[in-house]
Amino acid sequence: MTVREPAGRQSSQQVVLEVNDLKTTFNTRDGQVHAVNNVSFSLSTGELLGVVGESGSGKSVTMMSLLKLLPSPPAEVVADSILYEGRDVLSMGDEELRELRGGGIGFIFQDPMTSLNPVFTVGYQLTEAIRQHLPISKKEARARAAELLAKVGIAQPVERLRDFPHQFSGGMRQRVMIAMSLACEPKVLIADEPTTALDVTIQAQILELVRDLRRDQGMGIIWITHDLGVVAGIADRVIVMYGGQIVEHAPVKELFNNPQHPYTKALLATMPSIDASRSERLYSIEGQPPSLSGAPTRCSFAPRCEYAFDRCLEENPPIVSMDNNHQAACWLRHPQYTAQGSQHPPEEISLRETF
Amino acid sequence: MFNYTIRRLLFAIPTLFVISFLIFAILDLAPNDPTGNLPLTIPPEVRENIRISLGLGEPFPIRYLKWCQQFFINEPLNLIEQWFDISIGDSENRLRVQSWATRSPVVDLIVERLPQTLWVLGLSYVIGILIAIPIGVISAYKQYSIFDQIGTFISMVGFSVPTFFTGLVCIVFFSSTLGWFPSIYDTTHEVTDLASFWFQVKQMIMPVMVLALFNASQLSRFMRASMLDNLSQDYVRTARAKGLKERSVLLIHVLRNSLIPVVTVIALGLPQIFAGAIITEQIFRVNGLGQLLIIGIQGADIPLVQTLTFIFAVLIVLFNLIADILYGMLDPRIRYE
Ligand SMILES: Nc1ncnc2c1ncn2[C@@H]1O[C@H](COP(=O)(O)OP(=O)(O)O)[C@@H](O)[C@H]1O
Ligand code: SF4
Ligand SMILES: [Mg+2]
Repeated sequence: MTVREPAGRQSSQQVVLEVNDLKTTFNTRDGQVHAVNNVSFSLSTGELLGVVGESGSGKSVTMMSLLKLLPSPPAEVVADSILYEGRDVLSMGDEELRELRGGGIGFIFQDPMTSLNPVFTVGYQLTEAIRQHLPISKKEARARAAELLAKVGIAQPVERLRDFPHQFSGGMRQRVMIAMSLACEPKVLIADEPTTALDVTIQAQILELVRDLRRDQGMGIIWITHDLGVVAGIADRVIVMYGGQIVEHAPVKELFNNPQHPYTKALLATMPSIDASRSERLYSIEGQPPSLSGAPTRCSFAPRCEYAFDRCLEENPPIVSMDNNHQAACWLRHPQYTAQGSQHPPEEISLRETF
Repeated sequence: MFNYTIRRLLFAIPTLFVISFLIFAILDLAPNDPTGNLPLTIPPEVRENIRISLGLGEPFPIRYLKWCQQFFINEPLNLIEQWFDISIGDSENRLRVQSWATRSPVVDLIVERLPQTLWVLGLSYVIGILIAIPIGVISAYKQYSIFDQIGTFISMVGFSVPTFFTGLVCIVFFSSTLGWFPSIYDTTHEVTDLASFWFQVKQMIMPVMVLALFNASQLSRFMRASMLDNLSQDYVRTARAKGLKERSVLLIHVLRNSLIPVVTVIALGLPQIFAGAIITEQIFRVNGLGQLLIIGIQGADIPLVQTLTFIFAVLIVLFNLIADILYGMLDPRIRYE
């Protein structure tokens, strides 16, 4: 299947990252885990791609697969191609891959508390990242490290270089992680729930920083989050993941105004709105997250979907493109049921009690 | 850290006094008679006189205090005098802890035996560490590989089979059958030229290697487990995501963290190897501290046994402290106040 070019792209933008049909499987003692299935997307310079989905939907695994950061075994990554500036990551040699990690693609990990090495100073860990990719002296690297800390809003950056990670608060550590991932001005930044651990004001500061980076350096950014509010504020395009698959993919306005997949609709319904009265209870999606023990043979959202019908249980819906650069993987949106003169989608039936 | 060390040292003093008292009391309760080995023709009055001359006529508390004075004041003074070649006070008549069997000062006996023990034990410990760390690192990095499986098996065997058995097997095989190495360690041997050096190497190989392999099999297991713990940590992924070489990730980031508990175990284990020496020295006839202790026990030489046991206790207390301090130095998260 092909991925349509997203909307609103100016001619100066070019695709830096293109993922075609990515599959990641874990071979564990308790059997296989199909964590990522048939994921395809692309990212252009200066673009911010939001990725949302509940915990366990495969967001982190997808992104780590791109840089081959998952230890193998147990992980096994296959794809038609993972292209960074036209070069296939999967066929890269060690040297080229290391150049890509940190040099071409920066990564901010989910948990700032454990992502820094506890026994080395922050200065050491930053300069190490810088000197890995830039041919500069230790002294210059330290100066640059201090500069980076200042950039992410850490006071007294020169002094703080001597501190160990445990001397920083969670928010401060995440800033250090961000500084580290920006050390070599990568063309792509992957941020895995970077602001989850932070309070709102710091979150806002970091979002501001990210906005500047996009504008000034034309950095392409993948922003993973489960906060739809953040996505609405900063993303150009949004990918919605469920059960290791992309179930909906659309420009941000289009997604919020015109969601096509029942899961996205449910997600949007869980968003607290400002005008909602306090007594109004948050809508939450009922049911269990899907099992990932096999390749999908039916719609993985079917057990929790209020619109599910018989086809949903027989076959996994392919992702199909619609107007306005909108894609969704749902039988209700499939041309077989939506095209003129096609069979009408059957009556909605509730299958919940059958599971 | 400095204050912490001082405080711990001060705490060690009462601990050691209690230990010394317990050792003294237990050995005093043990049924023994320093004249028991003398010929039966010696009349009881003479035996009694011998006992009194050995200081056994006095009540228990007095004897304990006298021992304390001899061990904690007189012996250190004596050592200082020897080192700096000076004399402090009345050094001629100062009473020292005397061995009942040989009538020479216990500390002199120990100083005489110490080098052999330190050479064999120290070398075996160092070699053990040098073997264990690379094996542990590779085993963890290549978990479940052939190397790891063989390593696990050998260290299981090495750890389960006691050194007195492996030692005897080695003697039977390498000394009796093949005749490569001497089966008795010649303590009086002096290294003067290449040939005598080669002889020294040959006589040390078996005791050193038997102990070294035993230590290594324990330590390599520990090293492997510690490496595995750290390999699955998030910071390893961060290091890889920075684009570091796999070698740097492993030997800088993971190893540095994994060594923290291993170094502690190495420090804690040092006094234990003296205990191990008691057996190994007996088998290979190394004339060291372990053998001195055995002779002392067999001859009911209470002052000798008391002093040696107490020195072992001091080592244990000391290396516990050293382990704690090393931990604090290696792990920046630990702050001793
Ligand atoms: N090392 C692993 N072994 C087995 N399963 C894994 C492993 N890592 C992740 N998974 C599974 O992959 C799925 C996706 O995880 P993840 O990408 O972390 O989700 P999230 O969307 O919250 O980031 C989860 O069901 C998780 O259990
Ligand atoms: S394919 Fe069927 S079950 Fe899946 S989301 Fe669409 S309607 Fe629901
Ligand atoms: Mg995640």
